[in-house]
Amino acid sequence: MAAALINVPAKAKRGDIIEIKTLMSHVMETGYRHMASGELVPRDIITSFTCRFNGSEIFRADLFPAISANPFITFFTTATESGKFEFEWTGDHGFSETASASITVE
Amino acid sequence: MQQPPQSSRRQFLGLAGSTAVLGAIPVVTVRPAEATPAMLVSAIRSVTGGAAVRTGKVKVDIPPLVENGNTVPMTVSVNHPMAPEDHVRSIHVFNEKNPQANIANFHLGPHNGRAQISTRIRLADSQQIVAIAKLSDGSFWSASVDVVVTLAACTEDVI
Repeated sequence: MAAALINVPAKAKRGDIIEIKTLMSHVMETGYRHMASGELVPRDIITSFTCRFNGSEIFRADLFPAISANPFITFFTTATESGKFEFEWTGDHGFSETASASITVE
Repeated sequence: MQQPPQSSRRQFLGLAGSTAVLGAIPVVTVRPAEATPAMLVSAIRSVTGGAAVRTGKVKVDIPPLVENGNTVPMTVSVNHPMAPEDHVRSIHVFNEKNPQANIANFHLGPHNGRAQISTRIRLADSQQIVAIAKLSDGSFWSASVDVVVTLAACTEDVI
């Protein structure tokens, strides 16, 4: 089953630039591979990743089949206030998963 | 002579060669299995809208020699401040020879603090990777790197 791994520092100083690492388990089937019988394996990928902080979007990515299985994405953000990061992955066949992480800013 | 659906380029060339010997002209349609440079150019144009793209500011970190094209770590960073009035708006990554020219689009803003993203990508062949950054003033900056891939990804058969 789909499962997310999130790495967000629990604490940060105000103004620090922090790194956020995310990984979602997913096959990311490209839709370009064939089975031995010659049938095309249907495409099944995550097409969008969004990160919101206290409700407002801070990072978004459009993904294509060229992204490896179990999409791993890291990015940076400035710690301004304590709050909650919410992550959302959506994709083919109605795939949708969410995760969240909290940070304390001093 | 029937063309099987999973025809590879090698099979196609073999077929072309054998028919050339026979002197027959078969009607063979083969879907291009890789993005052509023309697809790369049109994918880039869909982002830039034909605007000039300057070389610089962008840096693509990727191993120059890749053994397994299924998981290639890649980091793209843009050497540009992330101030509210002047920042990197988005980073777009393209490839030359995968079946699709797009790899990913990343949308950023001044709150990101640093214009740098990392991910893992698939490469179907030895090829060029192009990263383009769009700045808040509307200018585009790019960098490209060549990667040699030993074991290809994406188009291999499922056993």
